Amino acid sequence: MQKYAHFKGLTIPLLLLLPQLTITVVFFYWPASQAVWQSFLLQDAFGISTEFVWFENYRDLFAKPEYYKALINTGIFSVFVALLSLSLALLFAVMADRAIRGAEIYKTLLIWPYAVAPAIAGVLWIFMFDPSLGMLARGLQSLGVAWNPRLNGNDAMTLVILAATWKQISYNFLFFLAGLQSIPKSVIEAAVIDGARPMRRFWTIVFPLLSPTTFFLLVVNLVYVFFDTFGIIDTVSGGGPSGATETLVYKVYSDGKGGTNLGGSAAQSVILLAMVIAMTAFQFRFIERKVNY
Amino acid sequence: MTFKLKTLTAAGVFALAAASPAMAQTEIQWWHAMTGANNDVVVKLAEEFNASQKDYKVVVAYKGSYPDTLNAGIAAFRAGNAPHIMQVFEVGTATMMSAKGAIKPVADVMKDAGEKFDPKSYLPAITGYYSTTKGEMLSFPFNSSSMVMWYNKDALKKAGLPETPPKTWPEVFEAAKKLKAAGFDKCGFSTAWTTWANIEQLGAWHNVPVGTKANGFDGFDTEFRINSDLFVKHLTNLANLQKEGVFSYSGRTNTGEGRFTSGECPLFLTSSAFFGNVKANAKFDWSNAPMPYYPDVAGAPQNSIIGGASLWVMGGKKADEYKGVAKFFTFLSDVDRQVKLHTESGYLPITKAAYEKVKASGFYKQNPYLETPLLELNNKEPTDNSRGVRFGGLVQIRDIWSEEIEAALNGQKTPKAALDAANERGNQALRQFERTAK
Repeated sequence: MQKYAHFKGLTIPLLLLLPQLTITVVFFYWPASQAVWQSFLLQDAFGISTEFVWFENYRDLFAKPEYYKALINTGIFSVFVALLSLSLALLFAVMADRAIRGAEIYKTLLIWPYAVAPAIAGVLWIFMFDPSLGMLARGLQSLGVAWNPRLNGNDAMTLVILAATWKQISYNFLFFLAGLQSIPKSVIEAAVIDGARPMRRFWTIVFPLLSPTTFFLLVVNLVYVFFDTFGIIDTVSGGGPSGATETLVYKVYSDGKGGTNLGGSAAQSVILLAMVIAMTAFQFRFIERKVNY
Repeated sequence: MTFKLKTLTAAGVFALAAASPAMAQTEIQWWHAMTGANNDVVVKLAEEFNASQKDYKVVVAYKGSYPDTLNAGIAAFRAGNAPHIMQVFEVGTATMMSAKGAIKPVADVMKDAGEKFDPKSYLPAITGYYSTTKGEMLSFPFNSSSMVMWYNKDALKKAGLPETPPKTWPEVFEAAKKLKAAGFDKCGFSTAWTTWANIEQLGAWHNVPVGTKANGFDGFDTEFRINSDLFVKHLTNLANLQKEGVFSYSGRTNTGEGRFTSGECPLFLTSSAFFGNVKANAKFDWSNAPMPYYPDVAGAPQNSIIGGASLWVMGGKKADEYKGVAKFFTFLSDVDRQVKLHTESGYLPITKAAYEKVKASGFYKQNPYLETPLLELNNKEPTDNSRGVRFGGLVQIRDIWSEEIEAALNGQKTPKAALDAANERGNQALRQFERTAK
């Protein structure tokens, strides 16, 4: 039996592919190649004088301690956000999956934060935790906690992690819930008959069966932390204090701001691009194949 | 309903378009970064100009914060559709003026259009910032301000302090300690605009260079001098007082200004343009005073420098469009218009005539806080150290400096080490700018 549909000739397949290819070329390959080109240039803000400098922008970058600091910040930030948002989302999904009253309401409410734009999420959190304005910040201060994200790097990092986590929980929740619902009831019922308690059922059956979802989400979360958290950082801390919350993607912006260092900024985007390609390749090569039950 | 409304509006627009005379108006695009009350000022100015004549139409577009607007303008120029007029904050001055071909000096715009224009009628303390060393005006000052110390009169009274605000930095520190003891325990004094206050204005006010080559006015091969004694001493004081809880850091830009109007910080250094906000929101008796100075620095106080933004005319437009721009600048320079802008928005008047007129009207007797920045700017004849600062890439350099200052304030670095690093990193950015600005 024939497994695939076949077209005669190349014209129709190419025509069918064309819209997607056009979008990819215009919105991805073209800008990406421009970034690569720009990363080899030393240019003034308006692009009037241009000098081709080979890898100088990259060399400059790796010679600066601030770049490594941003790298470490990104590491800390992504580990915390991914771990927190995945584990909390899983907890909520397991809870919401049970037959409780009002489950639909919980599900809907939990999905809401995903619709909030990152910059707005940032503003919401700084509004609660601003050391002068924030209700919650005042609460902390009255408990004797010297809360000051304006100057204390750890406080600022905590705040951006919380805001970024809060926003990502919804997405993870949705996927976990779908994952949970696709686990065959019969497997769990069999375990119940065997006398396994809920905790044991979760760790030996549900969690392993969820692992394709978990790994997928892990990659998606890392990409989220790398790129989509820009708005949160910009509104909450602006990369400060003293660069404590400056992640790689934020540094791309702050170095290129005002057209100051477009080459260095482009070099950083190219490195980021390489990282994401690596992560995605890792996901496709490794995880999609290995995690299979 | 909304759909219907939209259709109606659209129909209305079409009707208007059809009704307008056959000869099309020349459109002048003006990109700006003003929000709130100042946005209304921009919109109103454009409306008034459009109503005052028929040939040109100024179309305003808000493009976000100052850096956002600059970014938008740069991107638009690269894509070949820059606006005619772009509002750029003062730190972007060197970036703009080095972009020969991307901009058209205001002096040329006025001359080519045959518009009456006397550079001497403008206040030199303001236009000097935006002119070449030969006095050729490059951009048109729009919203100018300077840094002043806002103070809460009620708080001073509560702390048993004299009614006249502290004049020198040591006096400010003492007053702030007393204010802290009197219940202002979160913040005795603070500043907005970290580097503007503690580097750029501090240098000018004490006649101490921020950089060589007359703070960059004499060439791009300038080097920073921000790790000299004055800056180290000042940052050391701030860091110590931060530890004691007398000084309280309020962030890099003006997002912390609300701490003054809420009554949290009774002494607060920020822009004189904060006026509108204070007037609207402060529920206590307030005023402002000149920036404090260190009395042991010879010649201090010198004069302050301006902040705010100016209007740059972009290059490569049609002669007719430049004519419209020139007409618009003449419109803006009108004495009565300047008087109105100054007294209502708190931004500084840019012409001598407007300043004299407001002075003669006795307005400053009732509103002395609006004259403070003008007195500061004209305190003494500007020197090479107090004309302003003109450093390429200052937008990014300010962030670098803030980073280092924050590291000193939170105890990660000593003030000297922080300023050494700020100086060095700033110089690296300057060298890069020098290479591209040819």
